Amino acid sequence: MGSNLSLAYLMLSAILFVIGGVGVLIRRNPLVMIMCVELMLNAVNLTFVTFGKMLNDISGQIIVFFVMVVAAAEVVIGLALIVAMARRRPGATADDLRTLRG
Amino acid sequence: METVVFIVSALIVLAGGLGVVSSRNPVHAALSLIATLFGIAVLFLNLGAQLLAVVQVIVYTGAIVVLILFVMMLLGVDREEDLETEPLVGQRLLAGLIGLLFLGAILAIIIIGKDAIVTGSHSVTGAISPTIANISQIGTALFTTYVFPLEVTAGLLTIAVVGAVVLSRRPNDLAPIPEPESMVDMGDEPLTAIPEEGAH
Amino acid sequence: MVGLVWLIPALPLAGFLLLVFFGKRIDEPRSGWIGTGAVALAFVTACLVFAGLWGEPEHTYELSLFQWIPAGHFNVDIGILLDPLSMSMALFITGIASLIHLYSIGYMHGDSRFPRFFTYLNLFVFSMLVLVLGNNMVLTFLGWEGVGACSYFLIAFWFEKEENASAGKKAFITNRVGDWGFMIAIFMTFFAFGTVTYTQFLPMAPGLAQTTATFIALMLFVGAIGKSAQIPLFIWLPDAMAGPTPVSALIHAATMVTAGVYLLVRVNPILAASASWIPWMIAIVGCATAFLAATIALAQQDIKKVLAYSTVSQLGYMFLAVGVGGYSAAIFHMITHAFFKALLFLGAGSVIHGMHDEQDMRRMGALRKIMPVTAVTFIVGWLAIAGVPPFSGFWSKDDILAYALHKSVILYIFGLITALLTAFYMSRLVFRIFYGDARWGESAEAELANLNAHTATDAVDADAAAHGDAHDDAHADSGHGAMHPHESKWPMLVPLIVLAFFAAIAGVLNLPFTEHLEFLNRWLEPVVGENQAHLSLGGVQLTIELLLSTTIAIVGIIAAYLVYLKHKVDPRRIELPFFANGWYIDQSITKFMGGVGRKGFELIAMFDKVVIDGAVNGVGRATRGGASRLRSIENGYVRWYALMIGVGAVLLVAFAMTQVSF
Repeated sequence: MGSNLSLAYLMLSAILFVIGGVGVLIRRNPLVMIMCVELMLNAVNLTFVTFGKMLNDISGQIIVFFVMVVAAAEVVIGLALIVAMARRRPGATADDLRTLRG
Repeated sequence: METVVFIVSALIVLAGGLGVVSSRNPVHAALSLIATLFGIAVLFLNLGAQLLAVVQVIVYTGAIVVLILFVMMLLGVDREEDLETEPLVGQRLLAGLIGLLFLGAILAIIIIGKDAIVTGSHSVTGAISPTIANISQIGTALFTTYVFPLEVTAGLLTIAVVGAVVLSRRPNDLAPIPEPESMVDMGDEPLTAIPEEGAH
Repeated sequence: MVGLVWLIPALPLAGFLLLVFFGKRIDEPRSGWIGTGAVALAFVTACLVFAGLWGEPEHTYELSLFQWIPAGHFNVDIGILLDPLSMSMALFITGIASLIHLYSIGYMHGDSRFPRFFTYLNLFVFSMLVLVLGNNMVLTFLGWEGVGACSYFLIAFWFEKEENASAGKKAFITNRVGDWGFMIAIFMTFFAFGTVTYTQFLPMAPGLAQTTATFIALMLFVGAIGKSAQIPLFIWLPDAMAGPTPVSALIHAATMVTAGVYLLVRVNPILAASASWIPWMIAIVGCATAFLAATIALAQQDIKKVLAYSTVSQLGYMFLAVGVGGYSAAIFHMITHAFFKALLFLGAGSVIHGMHDEQDMRRMGALRKIMPVTAVTFIVGWLAIAGVPPFSGFWSKDDILAYALHKSVILYIFGLITALLTAFYMSRLVFRIFYGDARWGESAEAELANLNAHTATDAVDADAAAHGDAHDDAHADSGHGAMHPHESKWPMLVPLIVLAFFAAIAGVLNLPFTEHLEFLNRWLEPVVGENQAHLSLGGVQLTIELLLSTTIAIVGIIAAYLVYLKHKVDPRRIELPFFANGWYIDQSITKFMGGVGRKGFELIAMFDKVVIDGAVNGVGRATRGGASRLRSIENGYVRWYALMIGVGAVLLVAFAMTQVSF
């Protein structure tokens, strides 16, 4: 595989990362926000595997494995939070949780 | 052949990503996410990471997205989101600007730097072997070099399970989240707390 | 055998730990025996180590136990330096401390905080041993602070009485001035040599720049005068007599107050490398302190105060010895002084005990028949300190005077005058306590009223006020006719007898007749040999000096005999109020601090209020003002915060791009 194709992989993951990031910033539904975070995580996973390929190193894939585990844990906690939140205020969005405001 | 696969998968991935961000209905967003995740699984295959591709499909699409959809259905929050209005003034503009700046910077680095952006030295001990199967190589590395991180992640998962149980318990003396007065100020329909079910 | 050296400080520490945790449960008198046993075992160990030390090259042995403070280039170990100097110190500290522990079992009998007393005493002995055995300045400083803290605890041991508590505070605060000097000296030493271990930096001292050496020596001197109660920091020691008498004997006579002398002897290469005015200053301060304290001692009525000023005076002698280069003479006098002054204090304690806590010598007299053992031992101590041959004090004092004459005649003359005064006031003390008429009981009330009136008119000071209570108590006692002095019990008498024995014969350590008889000189050779002033006294000069000293001592005793027993001269012509009030030094300090000093403090307080508080409050106000503007950013929207993270990420990437060139 030519290195140009590797660079294309990196560009693709950069674009996907930004799409996910913008999604987190503009969406209000917490479920969608979690999905956008998943997008960002996947973009990063893609760069890891690409770098692993470019450096001919298995560690790139190992770390993706760990990222997936952490992502699973994160989703479990995120969803539990959403359930807890929705139980108290059905239909609440991220914008409704504003007790942090100064 | 690789290039063709890449282009097709990349299009799917990007389309799915845009779909997640722009769907008004969360269920549609979840379906778009599945498309993206599948595309990335194909790209993993393309990069020679067979195990990851399989795990991606099983864990992400098979577990995580299904879990998300399940929660969505459980809570009944699959109603459409109003994407036309934005209560935070300038949020979208700034988010777009920041996104573009970030993307521009990264792309510029990639385009200008080319291969030089990868600065590490080529691995000797952990080199990807052409003869050993991907799965056995990852397995060996996980249970030798990375055995301690692996144990730590096991602990993390346990903690996450406990945390989820704690968070989703339904305490009896739970006070409703107080009404933020600003929401009232903004003229939004005041959100009301769920009435305590008398059945309990 | 020398490998056991760590046991010497460890045993008192073990005793301390045992008593601090289980003291209440062990209780009287077993806790006293435990404390005594720990220190006595330490003394036995010290003797064994002493025997082993003879086999070591240069009689020096260093043992590093473990690393204490490893901080880059700054390394401090817990280590022990055993050389002739620290060995001598360790021997007499553990020895005398054992005796005083034993004495305390009798003296503190019936005290409600009996176990706690021994806890403090053991901690004190441990700290003192750390001070002398430590192989670096930081460890010495640890011991230095430890003994200071114990001194504070023990002076204020009967803290229910306001004056005891404030005496403790006075001692602690005055010592702090000295500690400051010592600390600066440690910093400077590390700065100059890169190490604070004695065996590493002392050999390098001759190569040190003179100004640096002078500064270090000056700061060490400040530390030493604080701990050893020299002018101008001697004011705490007389007040320290508020503590129990064994404490006065152990801490404020025999051991802790000599720490300053020990320190100066220990760093003698630095003193040698410093400017020539440093030894002169040490000698002059020592000489002046000796003289000043002796004059004050002339007019004190409290027997412990007399001994306290006498201690200050004798410490002045030791400083004089250090200043004139007679290091071995300083250590010699330190050891003999430890014996006879501990003896005198314990004897005084025995008298006070027998007189039911009476400390005023005007209410004593003719006690030798009632307390024969105390009287005999006290008289041995008196002859030793007065400088009557062949008792120990004669030899050590004469050794110092010989070195003083070697340096300057004036120092010698002042030393002789002080010796005369010493003989006089000590004789006064003995005659007042043990001879003359019995002034206790009802017969003496008229005379006392007369004396009290005299005190009240002339000595309007804190001293008199402080004794008001004691007088009233005694009045109450004698009003009932309940004064029955008695001899003390054996735990108090055994230490007196042992100490009297040593006070009498300790002179053989260093007899000046031939070099073969100067055991201590030769023993200390590895430590002080190079910087010791070299004396070669001819037979004639030596004879004249010894005769002169003897004459002086006898003149002093005869003069006191004439004044206090034959009543040829009215004592009031000698006991001037000026002396009784300690040259008005305490009052001057109080006046200054209350007047000019107070203004200064108020100025500083004002500065503190306006500038420091202003700055602090200003920062607070600025923060609050800024925050009230900034809080609009914190609008509570998670997405907004995420956006800010995005802004940060972009800035970071931009920064990274400026740093990297492809």
